[in-house]
Amino acid sequence: MAVERVRILTKNYGTPESWTLAAYLKSGGYQSLRRALEMEPAKILEEVKAANLRGRGGAGFPMGMKWSFLKPNPGKPNYIAVNADEGEPGTFKDRTLMELDPHRCVEGFLIAALALNVHTVFCYIRGELVLSIRRMQQAVREAREAGYLGSRVLGKDFPLDVVIHAGAGAYICGEETALLNSLEGARGEPRLKPPFPAVVGAFGAPTIVNNLESLAAVPTILELGGENFSKLGRLHHLKDGGVRLYGVSGHVNKPGVYEGPVGLTLRELIEDLGGGVRGGRKVKCVVPGGSSTPVLREEDLVHAPDPKSVLHAWHGKSHFDVPMGVDTFRALGTMLGTCCAIVMDDQTSMVRAAENLMMFYAHESCGQCTPCREGCAWMARLCRKFARGEATERDLDTLTDVANNIMGNTICALGDGAAMPMLGILKLFRNEFEEAVRTKKPAPELR
Amino acid sequence: MAFELTAERRAILDELLPRYPTRKALTLPLLHLCQEQEGWCSPAVVDYVASTLGVSTAEVQGVVTFYTLYQQKKVGRNVVWVCRTLSCELRGAKGIQEALEKKLGCHAGETSKDGEWTLLKAECLAACGQGPMVQLNDEYHEDLTVEGLDALLEGAKKRADERKAVTFSPVGLAPRGEK
Repeated sequence: MAVERVRILTKNYGTPESWTLAAYLKSGGYQSLRRALEMEPAKILEEVKAANLRGRGGAGFPMGMKWSFLKPNPGKPNYIAVNADEGEPGTFKDRTLMELDPHRCVEGFLIAALALNVHTVFCYIRGELVLSIRRMQQAVREAREAGYLGSRVLGKDFPLDVVIHAGAGAYICGEETALLNSLEGARGEPRLKPPFPAVVGAFGAPTIVNNLESLAAVPTILELGGENFSKLGRLHHLKDGGVRLYGVSGHVNKPGVYEGPVGLTLRELIEDLGGGVRGGRKVKCVVPGGSSTPVLREEDLVHAPDPKSVLHAWHGKSHFDVPMGVDTFRALGTMLGTCCAIVMDDQTSMVRAAENLMMFYAHESCGQCTPCREGCAWMARLCRKFARGEATERDLDTLTDVANNIMGNTICALGDGAAMPMLGILKLFRNEFEEAVRTKKPAPELR
Repeated sequence: MAFELTAERRAILDELLPRYPTRKALTLPLLHLCQEQEGWCSPAVVDYVASTLGVSTAEVQGVVTFYTLYQQKKVGRNVVWVCRTLSCELRGAKGIQEALEKKLGCHAGETSKDGEWTLLKAECLAACGQGPMVQLNDEYHEDLTVEGLDALLEGAKKRADERKAVTFSPVGLAPRGEK
């Protein structure tokens, strides 16, 4: 059964000059902003809560609930910081929104600002995405000229500015408190939480940090109504709703970004959207949602005999047939992350794959916490030894030990994000590491 | 030698300043502006940013060394970043890097002798569905093949001839004028 093709968030993709205001207006753009202006902020919040939108940046926190944490701050500003620092390996979805439909993003920001009574929105975009930055700047300029923002919003006395802020190349700045430090002009080192950003965020003021795709869905939420939006997904009953962008990359025939209802299965993502595995080969494993999420295999079956388990409905089925939801994937022992899967075929060396990922984390650790700074580099060096066929039995224990000692011992989630996939690979593919010790041969290169 | 922003770039800074609650918040944008003009974040640039924004040079230097886009030494007229993270690697990124090293006459991390090219290894550039890919100055080039590299490099040289700035930058003159 082929997946139904959905064109809601992506409805303007493919339209000529889809990034211009003219094209956006032609497709019905900025109508939701007009709706929002007629609504009480509390009513907008209610719709967003009913939409069951789980944050699209990876953590899957309910956006409506996050918004409700922001308290009025009389006499002082509150801020919204948009997280468009897309950098998790395997993840390349937000970029398409900024390049192809920046006005949808801006409209989402404006509605959020009205709902939260915020007068400045900072949109932090990773510095490498020059085209995204230009398109977003252009969209903000056009929106300002058209009177959607500036000293008034469509005539309403509500000063509102959207500042496009370019990062400068650091994966860690996708972590919300590192993003805030970076926005403030400092090194992107994460902060201790609490206080959470909704209490002390940008420039010491309460701040809501949302992923760009989450906010880009807000115009649709107001257009359809929150509950209707939620029901577009297959996991409405689990309070995980709507449509979202999926990405698939690696060894598939048609890598790319696709829109679908929340709750597609990995099989649908790989076979129907991704066009199946290259060369008709079998899948060895999949990184389901960005590199920090532990890998899944087709041959592993769900074990959830308890009727109360969120996975019970899929008891006995393959992991590839479980709908991709925040709670379902957490129950599988991995994470949904950004819903952007990296597919590896049966000829891939998992030793090499682990080496590649650990090199990434070793490079991107901000250096603040010892377990992560030393641990990520240590894991990378050990993986390299395995890949070159120079590792000993003891290195396997050390690798496990280092990963275990990073988990939970750092300020932010980067260390866990490196240790979890490492432990996941060691659990499912320990034999490849043992073989490397035994044969002393270099592992085959990735290709 | 002291550094000073051109009037055109100074105007961009002046437009941005009142939109942030602190001057320090302009550290990243201003470094981008300076780098576009100077080609790298020289000690003079660091001093200029620090004194313009009223922060210490140590803080600015700390920022420069934290982020990969800020160059700490002079780079070639064209900067090529090759993504070597997993999704690209599964589709042949290593071969692209090796071919580039041959064509440009320098290894990753180096600048060619004629000063035309700097080749750098990048971590994930968020183009995973279109790998292997490179960032060539301010442009992404995706779904690359080794055979297609020559045309790509020629095109970049031509565009560099027409460019006003010494190097690319996400904040600067180019974003205003183009596209």
